[in-house]
Amino acid sequence: MNYKVILNTLGWVLIVEAAALVLPLICALAFSEPYVLTFVICILICGILGMLLTLPKTKDKTMFSKEGFTIVALSWIVMSIFGALPFVISGAIPNFIDAVFETVSGFTTTGASILQDVEALPKCMLFWRSFTHFIGGMGVLVFLVAILPLSGGNNLYLIKAESPGPSVSKLVPKVRTTAKILYIMYTILTLIEAVLLYAGGLDIFSSLTLSFGTAGTGGFGVLNSGISGYSPYIQNVITVFMILFGVDFSIYYLILLGKIRSVFRSEEVRAYLGIVFFAIVLVTVNIRPLYNTISETVRYSAFQVAALITTTGYSTADFDVWPEFSKTLLVTLMFVGACAGSTGGGIKVSRIMIFVKSIFKEIKIASHPKSTHKVTMNGRPVEHTVIRAVNVYMAAYIVIYVISILIISLDGMDYTTNFTAVVATLNNIGPGLAKVGPTQNFSLFSAFSKIILTFDMLAGRLEIFPMLVLFSPSAWRK
Amino acid sequence: MNIIIVGCGKVGHKLAEKLSQEKEHNITVIDLKYNVVQDLINEYDIMGVCGSCSDIDTLNDAGIENADLLIAATGADELNLLTCFMAKKTGGCQTIARVRNPEYAKWLNVFKEDLGLAMIINPEDTAAREIARILRFPSVIKIDTFAKGRVEILKFKVAPESPVADIKIADMSNKFGGEVLVCGVERGENAYIPNGDFIIKSGDFVSIVCSPEESVEFFKKISVKTNRVKDTIIVGGGATAYYLAKRLIATGIRVKIIEQNPMRCDKLCEMLPSASIINADGTENRVLLEEGLSKAESFVALTNIDEENVLLSLFAKTKMTGKIVTKVNRIAYDEVLDGLDLDTVIYPKNITADYILRFVRAKHNSMGSNIETMHLILDGKAEALEFRVQENSPIANVPLEQLKLKDNTRIACINRGGKIITPHGKDTIEPKDTVIVVTTHRGSKDISDILI
Repeated sequence: MNYKVILNTLGWVLIVEAAALVLPLICALAFSEPYVLTFVICILICGILGMLLTLPKTKDKTMFSKEGFTIVALSWIVMSIFGALPFVISGAIPNFIDAVFETVSGFTTTGASILQDVEALPKCMLFWRSFTHFIGGMGVLVFLVAILPLSGGNNLYLIKAESPGPSVSKLVPKVRTTAKILYIMYTILTLIEAVLLYAGGLDIFSSLTLSFGTAGTGGFGVLNSGISGYSPYIQNVITVFMILFGVDFSIYYLILLGKIRSVFRSEEVRAYLGIVFFAIVLVTVNIRPLYNTISETVRYSAFQVAALITTTGYSTADFDVWPEFSKTLLVTLMFVGACAGSTGGGIKVSRIMIFVKSIFKEIKIASHPKSTHKVTMNGRPVEHTVIRAVNVYMAAYIVIYVISILIISLDGMDYTTNFTAVVATLNNIGPGLAKVGPTQNFSLFSAFSKIILTFDMLAGRLEIFPMLVLFSPSAWRK
Repeated sequence: MNIIIVGCGKVGHKLAEKLSQEKEHNITVIDLKYNVVQDLINEYDIMGVCGSCSDIDTLNDAGIENADLLIAATGADELNLLTCFMAKKTGGCQTIARVRNPEYAKWLNVFKEDLGLAMIINPEDTAAREIARILRFPSVIKIDTFAKGRVEILKFKVAPESPVADIKIADMSNKFGGEVLVCGVERGENAYIPNGDFIIKSGDFVSIVCSPEESVEFFKKISVKTNRVKDTIIVGGGATAYYLAKRLIATGIRVKIIEQNPMRCDKLCEMLPSASIINADGTENRVLLEEGLSKAESFVALTNIDEENVLLSLFAKTKMTGKIVTKVNRIAYDEVLDGLDLDTVIYPKNITADYILRFVRAKHNSMGSNIETMHLILDGKAEALEFRVQENSPIANVPLEQLKLKDNTRIACINRGGKIITPHGKDTIEPKDTVIVVTTHRGSKDISDILI
């Protein structure tokens, strides 16, 4: 283990966080809220600590798989702890564990909150809360790779550990250019949404915070009523952009290059859009009796389907009161998640596809033991190592899932609450059902359960293995 | 430049490594094996495509339409040639093919022309050429030529009793006369581009720049034998041995090849009538001694097994005093081999990669700069570059002592229309000269890059 390079990179992460904290500082100045000093203190803490960590010059910059995993896992933990400082120092969320929960929920783009009354928070705090979604959506290490001339090709390990999906590939040969292209597309798409929301009559603050929440597929709002208080136009814009941010970003790159044909070749995107479409149709039919007009029904159902499959977790309606079939379907969508290579969480459509295809393959082999079959994606055979990784991921996912439910059930909540609380955090969604439903929050849980759920959020965002590697002795042994 | 490398064997690997170190290139590699591609993209900052290069979809995935150069280095000659042809037709890029079958060798020019190849490289022949050059000049370890053969960089090892040992570089020209410039010294793991105060020690590997005539004079003065070998024993009768024997016989060196496989011996016998072919196991020391190892002036170990070659050379060293050349395929352990004091070690894959690298540099330069030749020296730690100086160059017509060069950079030689000048402080560089620069800074593209 190369400790020096790990500490060095952590230092840079803190410096980036200090830079990110400048934005809420500006926000505090703009609304003349009395929290300027809070942010200045936080910026100084992150900045100085970061500088100290980056000061020692490391000759040996080699980074292997285990360093990549460890750096990513540690970065997210460190980032969350320091990102919680503004809430604690300002007294907006005085309890440290609550503040960390809220920040992790932000960075991991979960959107689960322990706040009873969101509107009571000062605007600059709300801005920071939403901005963590934006940073966490594409990933802070992807950003580091884009701006820092870190050495060698080994930076790919960082991106691999941070980016979601079964097999991460580059857009262009250079990892740095790839990271830059990703961040540029991400930022531009976010700004387009903000402009459209602004055109719909929102103020700059709300357009930006809601866009950050959509872009990272996060789900923090700025009103107690979530998104239901906004006009149908705003809701529709958010619906479309949630679906867009759930698409693999390499698709946008292909569109930019004018390779429209290869866009349609992507099986994952077709499956994703297909699932979204059918889910909207089914939910619409199921909840039709609850609403007056067809267009209203479609709007609610489309918004909720998009919000849950992309793991954003915004809500325009309290879907906890919807019929049982719709609720079950929505919870199922929470597991599916968005496309690999998007900002969304969940298991990912491509993993599910590989999973389902291998099941069919095994069925064929069971009936014709000597026949050979290959699992294919986009017309290419999927390598065995990828299939293995997908299977192991599912196994690890289920193990963490079951253990988490067991532990938080100690709090004595009902089964639906426990089940969906873990679904909502492990898949980075936000709201679940019953006591953690769209109109509720996570403040009911004990501190210990909150720590477990915090771990689930981090494990879900980093796709489990970086967190497990961090706690495995074999990675730390010399 | 956008470069596609097809086939990630040892040559492809080496090329990916070297080319990805140069910031201006975007590298994509193609290989059939998933693991090979994965390993490469984990190691270097490049993109990988897994698939067959004879499938046009694979080439498209690798971005053939935007590629500037495709290098086909798979194990199959035909595949390499056809892939280059396809790449040329679809992408219009430059292509380099590795073709190693000696039977194609006679037709290479036709291939090159009709398939539109920019370069055909034959690793065995290239290695053979390198070995032949060294056997003609046995006291040096490596020779790189510049200015169309008028200038050479020669690397030799300083023996303990050598008159060069413990001498200040500034005193060398007084002591030995002639215009010889020391452009690099390797001591242990370090490489230096020395100034006048540097003191040479025994055991150093010294690289000098001079014209071929002067080098002979210089080596005579420091009492090192310079005459070429009269005969050689080659163990292993593969393609490299064939090419080498052909070259050596053409220059009148007697060649003895020891090969184990009787069929191969028959074939070699047909192809090389004037060589003596011995059908025996060359790894048996009795055979070697019987064939006159102790009196031979040179020995070349060319079997396909690296370990065998190294052991053979170590054995030969105990029995003979002549030149010993060892072929090693695996590149990764070169540092270990350096410690064994094996005389000259030839890495065919490295040589091939260097040739292609040089071509890529030259190609890249024709897109904006003016490098004529480039060689890696000092064990790959430094570059020797030959620049052509333009009219408006900032270094033209300025006395050298007034130029502010980067550290570890040295102007080693000036070639003015065929006249070789060893540079001194008062000399100036004139437009149209070519200048040889030795530097540890990688990726210089223009002569002005050597200034601070």
